[in-house]
Amino acid sequence: MNPQRTLATAGRVLSQVRHDPRTIVLLLVVPSLLIGLLAWIFSDTPVFATIGPGMIALFPFIVMFLVTSITTLRERRTGTLERLLSMPLGKGDLILGYTLAFGLLAVAQSAVAVGFAVWVCGLEISGSLWLLLAVAVADAVLGTTLGLLASAFARTEFQVVQFMPALVFPQILLGGIFLPRDQLPDVLRAISDWLPLSHAIDALQAVATDSQDAAYVGGELIIIGAWIVGAVVLGSVTLRRRTP
Amino acid sequence: MVNESAPAVDVTDLHVQRGKHPVLHGLSVSVPRGVVVGLLGPSGCGKTTLLRTIVGVQVVQSGTVTVLGREAGSASLRHRVGYVTQDASVYDDLTVRQNLQYFRAVLGAPRSDVDRVLTLTDLTSQAGQLVGSLSGGQRSRVSLAGALLGSPDLLVLDEPTVGLDPLLRVELWTLFHQLAASGTSLLVSSHVMDEASRCDRLLLMRDGEILADDTPAGLLASTGTADTEGAFLALIARHPLAGPGDGSHS
Repeated sequence: MNPQRTLATAGRVLSQVRHDPRTIVLLLVVPSLLIGLLAWIFSDTPVFATIGPGMIALFPFIVMFLVTSITTLRERRTGTLERLLSMPLGKGDLILGYTLAFGLLAVAQSAVAVGFAVWVCGLEISGSLWLLLAVAVADAVLGTTLGLLASAFARTEFQVVQFMPALVFPQILLGGIFLPRDQLPDVLRAISDWLPLSHAIDALQAVATDSQDAAYVGGELIIIGAWIVGAVVLGSVTLRRRTP
Repeated sequence: MVNESAPAVDVTDLHVQRGKHPVLHGLSVSVPRGVVVGLLGPSGCGKTTLLRTIVGVQVVQSGTVTVLGREAGSASLRHRVGYVTQDASVYDDLTVRQNLQYFRAVLGAPRSDVDRVLTLTDLTSQAGQLVGSLSGGQRSRVSLAGALLGSPDLLVLDEPTVGLDPLLRVELWTLFHQLAASGTSLLVSSHVMDEASRCDRLLLMRDGEILADDTPAGLLASTGTADTEGAFLALIARHPLAGPGDGSHS
């Protein structure tokens, strides 16, 4: 691995996105629109105050998962990946380059979503707004790295889109938005303890209600970070220079 | 660097399977340095598989492949071998220059190299255009330009002239010979037989086997034919189709 090649890859991915303004707009605006829709639906009830923080975790996670998995799959299918792997590019350079580029986009996206939820939709955040943003960004980066990993197991765009319901929906269902996690059946509760999105949602709710100290949120961030590192490492391992 | 005795590529008893089909069954071949070698044969005969093996991106069942004296796919070869895949492997959503700048950074080639390969492939006036907006021939030239970055010792080109107009094809063959004259070894595949006469040496391939390894003139003389297409047909008549897995060939 080599920092110059990693940065060149990140720069290349960002220039590709820059040539596609519609994707940029969708990336930045769609999560906020959905959060706004939710706030509107529940406008006369206290529901948005409880599930709002979880939504900040959810939408960037889903959007980044989809965008990343499709972009990297496209790289595999157009032959550019084969070309790059016949060149002196480290597998880690490619994965980290992608993570960096989409991680930067995730920062922008999360900032817009958090700002919109708090200042436009009136979501009350008792804890630190910076901590909230940090968790949201970690969550979007997690979506990016899981998307990278998923694209390694897909051969077509159809398959990679199917990974969304397969990998993402169970995490949403078990994450504590539909039913608080401590009310889940024991087995499901135990499973949800292992899923990264559960920790992201726990952390966001803790910040929103200011019910836990920063150490608790930091602990949750470390768990999400471990998932990110794990997905990056596994993603590099599944990338093969030689293919059948 | 023109050294006929140390081959650019040396393949011995190569077996490759793609999916469930054996594509190459016991293929051996040698590519000399500093010349343009044409790999000709009908579509589906295993040309791309052989080229992928030489570049080191193909899983092989058995056999040895040595490139520039090293095992194919070794890390040290990734700077020295340029590879152009059959479909242009470039980013449609980047400009020509941005594509080349990225490949240059990956190779660690000097910055001035981008302008050099733009000139070589006659793409200077398209440098600022998005690759997706170019014609098919221009896209494949961008792909070729990427492979010329860093002046590799061996160029492996899979059907680089497909879809190009005759004038451009002639220009590219002139470029290939200029590169060979400066010491680069080139292995160029094609399924168009009339390109054979432009090569210094020919490898005629059919069904995963090399039928002939000769100069164009030598091939015509030994088969008593007037053109490469005729020579190819004469060779096929001489070598009845071997069953898959039959490793024997001369």
